[in-house]
Formats: sequence, C-alpha cells, structure tokens
Amino acid sequence: MSKYIVSASPHLRDHVSTRSIMQDVCIAMLPACIAGVLFFGYRAAVILALSVLTAVLSEKFYCKAAHIKDTTGDFSAVVTGMLLAMNLPSTVPYWMPVIGSAIAILLCKMIFGGIGQNFINPALAARAILALSWASLMNTFAAPAFGNLAGVDAIASATPVSGAARGGFTLAQLALGNIPGTIGETCKIALLVGAAYLLYRKVISWHIPVAFIGSFALCYLIATGFDVNATLYQVLSGGLILGAFFMATDYSSSPATSKGKIVFGLGCGLLLFWFRFGKKTPAEWCSFAILLMNVVSPLIERVTGSKSFGEVKK
Amino acid sequence: MATTQTFGGGVHPHEIGNGKDSTKSQPIVNAAAPARVTIAMSQHLGAPAACCVKVGQVVNMGQVIGEAQGAISAPVHASVSGKVVALTTCTITGGKSVPAVVIDNDYEDRWDESVKPCENIDALTPEDIRRIARDCGVVGLGGAVFPAAVKLDTSKLDPKPDTLVVNGSECEPYLTSDHRMMVENAEQIIDGIRFAMKATGVKCAKVGIEDNKPDAIEAMRAAATENIEIVALPAKYPQGYEKMLIYALTGRRVPNRALPSAVQCVVINVSTCAALSAAVREGKPIIDRVVTVAGRVAKPCNLRVRIGVPLLDVLDQVGGMTEGVRKLIVGGPMMGKTIPDLNVPVTKSFSGFLALGDESVNTEESACIRCGRCLRACPMGLAPAKMDSLVRHGDYQGALNIGALNCMECGSCTYVCPAKRELLQAIRVAKAVGGRIKGM
Ligand code: SF4
Ligand code: SF4
Repeated sequence: MSKYIVSASPHLRDHVSTRSIMQDVCIAMLPACIAGVLFFGYRAAVILALSVLTAVLSEKFYCKAAHIKDTTGDFSAVVTGMLLAMNLPSTVPYWMPVIGSAIAILLCKMIFGGIGQNFINPALAARAILALSWASLMNTFAAPAFGNLAGVDAIASATPVSGAARGGFTLAQLALGNIPGTIGETCKIALLVGAAYLLYRKVISWHIPVAFIGSFALCYLIATGFDVNATLYQVLSGGLILGAFFMATDYSSSPATSKGKIVFGLGCGLLLFWFRFGKKTPAEWCSFAILLMNVVSPLIERVTGSKSFGEVKK
Repeated sequence: MATTQTFGGGVHPHEIGNGKDSTKSQPIVNAAAPARVTIAMSQHLGAPAACCVKVGQVVNMGQVIGEAQGAISAPVHASVSGKVVALTTCTITGGKSVPAVVIDNDYEDRWDESVKPCENIDALTPEDIRRIARDCGVVGLGGAVFPAAVKLDTSKLDPKPDTLVVNGSECEPYLTSDHRMMVENAEQIIDGIRFAMKATGVKCAKVGIEDNKPDAIEAMRAAATENIEIVALPAKYPQGYEKMLIYALTGRRVPNRALPSAVQCVVINVSTCAALSAAVREGKPIIDRVVTVAGRVAKPCNLRVRIGVPLLDVLDQVGGMTEGVRKLIVGGPMMGKTIPDLNVPVTKSFSGFLALGDESVNTEESACIRCGRCLRACPMGLAPAKMDSLVRHGDYQGALNIGALNCMECGSCTYVCPAKRELLQAIRVAKAVGGRIKGM
C-alpha cells in the first residue's frame, strides 16, 4: 500500500467548523449575559451556569445511553444552555434551569436526532414548556439594580411589554437594560454588539433579523399613525432583539435559503405584531412567534427553492 | 467600462494567498533534462494515441511516437532525443494504467526534421491552423486536455461563435503557472490568441484574469492588440470554470448540460494559446510544459519540464519534499487528483504538483447543521446538503431530480461545510448511479 492518501477532491477545507461557529455564538451572547449578571445579581450567574451545565451533561448522558458518539464537543449544547438561561427571569428557583435545559436537550433536540435535525429551537421550546407549566414563576421579574451583585429583592410586577407598565420606561433605559425582564433580553446594547459580531463572522446573515424587526416595526408604525417613539419603544422591549438575532436565526429551525429567510423573518414579525398590538397579555410573545414559524419553516424552504445557474428562462 | 459581473456563490479559499505567494514572483525555471522519460499514450481527452515506434528505435525530439486515433484525439511526441528502450504501461492521474513509451535520453536534443518554422504565416488558412494544432498535439493545458484542434473547429456550429473567451483566471489555490506564463510570455500568448481567433473565425477575444495578479494583467494589457480585451475579474473560486468565466466576461449563461458553443463562445486557456503560437510559428509540438511545484517541497517554484519525466525527478530539482506530506496532488487542491506514488510521469494535464500535509486530510464528518453555507457557495445554484442527505438515504433518483447532473464538481460545497461532510463525494455517487440508469 502506498503511504500517501488517495482520495477525491477537494483537498482543502475551510477553517470554519461546527465547533467554531457554536463558539462564536457563545462569544456573541456573552456581553448580554454579563449585563444580565450586572443588573440582576449573582442569581443570574448561577442560573446561567446551571443551565449550561445541565445542557452539556444531558447531551453526554443521551449519547452514552443511545451508544452514539459524544457530540458535546461541538459546543451546541452550551449555546442551548446559555439561550435558555437568557430567557429565564433571575427570580426562578434553581431547579427551573435544570429542568428546562434537560427538556431542551433531551426532548427537543436529541430525540429528533441531534444537531441539525430538530425542527424547533430547543431553548425556545423548553422555555415555552416552562412558561405554560409554571406561568407565575416565569413571570416574576426582579427590578434591576446595577452592580448590586448580592442580588435584588425588589420584585417588579411588570415588564415594559406587559400591559400595566407599558410606556413606563425611557428609551435609554430600554437600550441600556436596567429594566425588569429575563436575564439575557434586557440590555439591547450588549445584544447588538453580539449581533454585530455574528454578522461580521458571517455566522448569521442579515435576512431574518432585518425582515423580522423591520416588518414588526413597519406594522407598528402604520398602526400607531407613525408614532416613532412608541414603535421604538416596542422594538426595544421584551425579547424581540434577542429573538431576532439569536433565536430566529437558529440554523436547524429556520430556512437555509435567502428568500426563505426573508419570508420566515416576515412571518415572525407579523405574528409578533398580531400578538402584541393592543393586547394586555403579560406574557412575552416573541418566542411563541418564532416557534410557530419554526413549524412552517420546512414548508417555506420547499416553496422558495432557488433556481440553478443554467436554468433556461422560459 | 461596465463593472464586471461575477457569478453567485463561490468561495475564497484562504490558501489562495498563502499557497500562491511561494511561487508567484519567481521566474519559470527550465528543469534539467531527464535521463529517461516515460511518455503516456493517453495525455488528452478522447481516444488514446497508437504507439508507432519500436523498442531499439532511435527517435528525435519532437518526433511523433503515438498517432492520433479518430476525431477526438491527439498525437504524442518524443520529448527527448534518444533510444526507445521499452513499450510498457504507466499509471496516470486518476489511477488508470495506459500504454507508454520509455525513451533513454542521449542528451543531444536533436530536433526532428518535421519541426520547422512556418514560412508564410499570413498565408495560413483556419484549416491550416487547426491541422497544425492537431499535428503538434496541442491540447488544453489548463488541465482538461481537450484537443485544441477540435475546439477550434467551428465549421459545423450554428450559430457561429462570436467571442473567444481566454482563461487566465487561474483560480485554484497554489497554482501560478498560468500567472507566470502571462507575466513572462504575454506576447506569445497574445500571438496564440490571434491564431485561435483566426482558426475559429471569431472577431473578438476577452481574456479574464483574476485581480490578484496585477502584474499579469499589466503585461497582458501591454501586449494586447486590437480586438483583444483584458478583463480583471474578482478573485474567487471557481472563476476559471468555463461557465463562470463566460458569464463574467459576456453576461451569457450556458444552459445546464450544454457547451459554451450554445452561447456562441469558444474557451481556451492562456498557456494553451502560448503552445498554439509555438506550434504555428516554429512548428513545435508539445514536448514540455510549465508545472507549479508547491506545498511541502524545499524550493517551491514553476518548472518547465519535459513530458514523461517521473515526478521523482521533478522533485529532485526542487530539493525534495519536506516533512509531513500526506497527499500527492496533480492539479490544484480544489479539483486536482491524488496519485499514489512518485513514479507517475508528467503528462500534458499537469498544471501543478502539490505535496500537501495534514491540511489536505479531512477530519471526521459530523452531522449537517443546516447552516446553508454549501447552498450559498454552490456556483451552480444547487442544494448540496439536500443531495447529500438523499444519497445517504439511498435515494439517488431524488438527488438526480434536484440537479445532481448539473454539478460541475468544483468542490466549493465540501470546502465550506463546517460539519466537514463529503458533499461532493455523495453527489458523485448520485451522478455515477444516474449514468448507469441512463445506460440501461
Ligand atoms: S454541488 Fe457541485 S457545483 Fe455545487 S458547489 Fe458542490 S461541487 Fe460545486
Ligand atoms: S455546509 Fe455542511 S453543515 Fe452547512 S448546510 Fe451544507 S451540508 Fe449542512
């Protein structure tokens, strides 16, 4: 036998790997996580850690039990763990992120065949399950206190999106993040820094976030008779920024084609508008909008198939 | 001038810079003549040549030792003067074993009497040029080795081609042989382009060169004559693929499974043009070619080597290989073929010889993460991930239904896949099965 490898072309590979992509996503979410810890205290850090740890251990456990190769090295479980924690209020009991992460990895990802096979975003699905099961726990938010790491006792009754407090915050507060909300969704500046990094590293493309936020904002503008302030207020509150850049862009559960991505983003934006506009429901609907679109994503992809280079126009 | 358009998709292998830098500014070096050459009878696309010499016979340099067989074929010439010592077989790229003639060099470099300059260039008709191209064994030197005489024959085409598309893009990482040819032999290339224009009856030629070769663009612009336009193209792979190049230069899309002639184009490579000029003016057959030798070798460079030299001898000229070589590749790293050992002799298809290490060996495949990178990279607008998944589920027909046969095997999809999946390989399987279905 020859000592040289005989194989088919190509003989070069890009440096980008599944692992490097997932690590990039983790890096991009870090600023928002740090902001969450700064605003909501050590509990936020513990919840993040528990969530990530459980996600990784669950995947390891599943791989062992199913006798398949351990896939935790690809960092996708870390991403799911982080995302779930970012979607939880800092007040939840510590068993919540543990159960949530286990649900996300085992029931929403691995059971479908692991990475790339899940048709819904695992972190979002788990969050939805938690929200439906323990609605009140999931809707108790701490009032932020910057730098007070010892924790925050003050319980705020409402977030900027939920009815009672709507309009009760300044736009600067919304951007900075010193508002009640889940751990990772409040600091828009940190989220946008992370989003810029993902775009720069070409981990995500602009299509989904722009279509999502754009269509939502446009509807709101029209519905409010071009009230720019109110629209900005809506865009910057709740989980929209987090959702549009970090959750709706999940590869497995969104279309791969550019056209499909735009349709998907539009769908998310319109659904969210419909859920949010004029309603007094306290729940944050962003994740439900994305989840619903996750379900129709394969359909969108099928109908937006692209044309090949040499296809002759008829 | 209108901005140049380019095809959608494609990739930017980071090795384009790293790989080419080691050789792109060094002049082409003439390799020392070898003691023995093994000349394959099949160095071109089409029917192999039939050997027409005997063991013991003394041959001259440039003498025909294999005669063309049939319409699509090319003759093969002796690349040294000396004595035929054996008629054997040799392995060529792709692993095929083909008949070959072994000649011991007498170091006299005695040209055959058939090799003589043309006396009246201006009197040559298109048919004359095509005959010379055929007699001199001129084939596409970009790597496809399609007989030039066949390509230049436009007599049966309707409508007639109106543009000669000249490929100077050299989009493969590492390779710089065309680049150096353009810098050093621009006039000869332009001369060849003019003969090609005459042979095809085409009135205008466009030469596409990637903008990462400013010195080549400059040299070619300085040498260009009337009706020959030198166009700078964005550097990206696979810019040099026929259909992409035609699109970039003319805006025309070659339909799926059609040839360039469908959009009135003839495509020819720059080094082939230089060979055509040498054939027409000096009567010189192809007995040598420029090969980029790079990767893990002591002295990467562009060497002009005789056809038939074993790679072992070529490597001696560049100080041998360095540590860690895992693959031997003929051609570029994106579309080139691996060879099992260094006994393979140089043929006309050798645009490059690369000794690559671990960087060329794929790591383990993992699950597709549906990132869509392959989709965006595919210049043909195909869905590699989907074809891959269909093939792995045994649904070859499904893969064929979504266009597997339109895949040009550029490898861009496999290159970008973060899950390191062998996408192109799966598509090749579908194509092979498709061929069989059709054949039945
Ligand atoms: S599917 Fe074929 S044409 Fe498309 S990128 Fe892959 S190898 Fe190239
Ligand atoms: S590039 Fe690889 S991982 Fe991404 S969609 Fe294509 S096959 Fe899947």
